[in-house]
Amino acid sequence: MKNRLKVLRAERDWTQAQLASALDVSRQTVNAIEKGKFDPSLPLAFKAARLFKMAIEDIFQDELKEQSIDG
Amino acid sequence: MSNPEKVTTNEYKSRNCQNNRNLRNWTAAWVVSMMIVAFAPKYVWAFNMLLSTIAVITSIAVGFGMLFANRRYLRGLDEMQQKIQFDAMGLSLGVGLVVGLSYDLLEDIKLITFQPEIAHLVFIMCFTYLGGIIAGHRKFQ
Repeated sequence: MKNRLKVLRAERDWTQAQLASALDVSRQTVNAIEKGKFDPSLPLAFKAARLFKMAIEDIFQDELKEQSIDG
Repeated sequence: MSNPEKVTTNEYKSRNCQNNRNLRNWTAAWVVSMMIVAFAPKYVWAFNMLLSTIAVITSIAVGFGMLFANRRYLRGLDEMQQKIQFDAMGLSLGVGLVVGLSYDLLEDIKLITFQPEIAHLVFIMCFTYLGGIIAGHRKFQ
């Protein structure tokens, strides 16, 4: 799953630690999500969507879906 | 939803530290209670049944306290940290079962001459768990 968490965080000039604090997770978890190494649960994804005031699909995208559209 | 810029203390971190401290204290208390059960009957109260029974019951009670502290610690972790712990515990349990049963058979089939000890299995499970935790953190690094 791809996500725009790093871009959105950078736009707001937040550190990983600040984002982690707002999402009530560890900084390592934010880092892993940003790098695409860990897919967040639906509640955590919704939490991020509420934080950034965006729709969940504007932050997280299904890579398989994108590949099939491109193909 | 809180604004990250206004967050001064990391609630997750402080909650985690507190749960960690709590678990450490319960674990230390349990280790001490186990030491009392193991050595005190022989060296302190000359196998007095009442005192030994009290010591065993106390140790079990403290052990359950440690289990609840561990549950609170695990529930306080975020989902990725929980997954790392869950994977490491699963690995440790699996290795413990496979290696433990094989190890138990070694004496029966005369491959070793000494009595297999439960402590050896505990060591293997501890090291497997530790390895699992390190591998989990590296995987998501």
